Amino acid sequence: MTINKVNTHIVPIEFEYHAPGSLDEAVALLEKYGEDAKILAGGTDLIPHMKQRKTEPKHIVNIKKIPELACIEETPDGIKIGALAKLRAVELSPQIREKVPMLSEAAGSIGSVQIRNLGTIGGNICNASPSADMATALMALEATVHVYGKDGAKEYPIAEFFQGRSDVSLERGELLTGFTVPYPPEGAGSAFEKVGWTTFDIATVNVAAVLTLKGGKIDHCSIALGACSPAPIKVALAEEILKGKEPTDEVLEEAMEFVAACVEPRKRWRRAPPEYRRRSSQALAMDAVGRAVEQARRHQ
Amino acid sequence: MEIEITINGRKRRFDVEPNKLLLNLVRDELYLTGTKYGCGIGECGACTVHLDGEAVLACMVLAVDADGRSVTTIEGVADGDKLDPVQEAYIEEGAIQCGFCTPGFIMSTKALLKENSDPSEGEIREYLKGNYCRCTGYVNIIKAVQSAAKKMQG
Repeated sequence: MTINKVNTHIVPIEFEYHAPGSLDEAVALLEKYGEDAKILAGGTDLIPHMKQRKTEPKHIVNIKKIPELACIEETPDGIKIGALAKLRAVELSPQIREKVPMLSEAAGSIGSVQIRNLGTIGGNICNASPSADMATALMALEATVHVYGKDGAKEYPIAEFFQGRSDVSLERGELLTGFTVPYPPEGAGSAFEKVGWTTFDIATVNVAAVLTLKGGKIDHCSIALGACSPAPIKVALAEEILKGKEPTDEVLEEAMEFVAACVEPRKRWRRAPPEYRRRSSQALAMDAVGRAVEQARRHQ
Repeated sequence: MEIEITINGRKRRFDVEPNKLLLNLVRDELYLTGTKYGCGIGECGACTVHLDGEAVLACMVLAVDADGRSVTTIEGVADGDKLDPVQEAYIEEGAIQCGFCTPGFIMSTKALLKENSDPSEGEIREYLKGNYCRCTGYVNIIKAVQSAAKKMQG
């Protein structure tokens, strides 16, 4: 473990601090300083990284003074969640709990209350850690990402946002402003599962599932897997197998083989070896899909 | 940078470098050393303070980020010499041994009881999982939280 072998008492690097009051101001700063600038949202990743000199930005752009970025509201297209919404707010929001309970479940599984009071949903995504719990949940929910830059606002599916480990498709001067999480189909069941070294730890593997039943057979089906490849992925092959079938143990087991097959081993995998991830991704996906099926049955 | 933070109910002005952490501001400039530096990476909860009423980790917040906001540390919990019911409960239940983690635990407990006046054991364990105690163990701490909840309900 490399944890805490460095001095984490102070932030040992010097930087210029900016706290823009509007999106346009923030974007202008990001455009001007490019690679030299880092966005400060919750700070739960950035500050420890700066302490350990993993990143040494010359400019910090604190976006917390931009009020519209912290919203959580229902729109006709789905629930709109600002990038600055705290993980704790996502966990406790009555709208999210009612419409997309799995997202609330995933948010509540992250770190501790203190971490969730600081950390934001946008930060969890923009750090592009393969194990980010919000990323896996938003992938399964097929969320749309909203980005703002000097050319104005644009949006695209979250799957296109991840470019790989710690890499997202933000251009110079662009800022993630939030997400639209479409309402799952009527009667949908959903579940989020993860395993880490401790309940406090980041995920070694996480899985999110959303599905509906039609006449006892799986109709809509979406499964996402995190921490097993450079970015969270949708397990399309498993989804295809499950669609149109009754969720018997045999069918589920067959589909789960494809989940395990998605594990892309990395050279240095500190937390767990590939075989552990294969087996636990299979088991967690089984649990998640099983729980989602039960929920969907209750909704019928 | 000039900033203004309300600390334990008193407005204070500081001139700080942007890389100064809230934890170090509170400890080194104000000598409010109840808030502890434990791990520095958000794992142990020893530096828990309330920022605008929410429990957060002072080792992960820049002082400049707290500009215009209000901070409560363990020193702001008691009313003069009269201890807060949570502090009393921790003492009575023997939930303190070396005391290093206690300020963090008390700040988290205060936040918990504000949200949920009658938490179950499971809820207490879940809420306090961001605070580590390495000596006395958690059984007495949970008893203390339950006893504080009773006290506060009257």
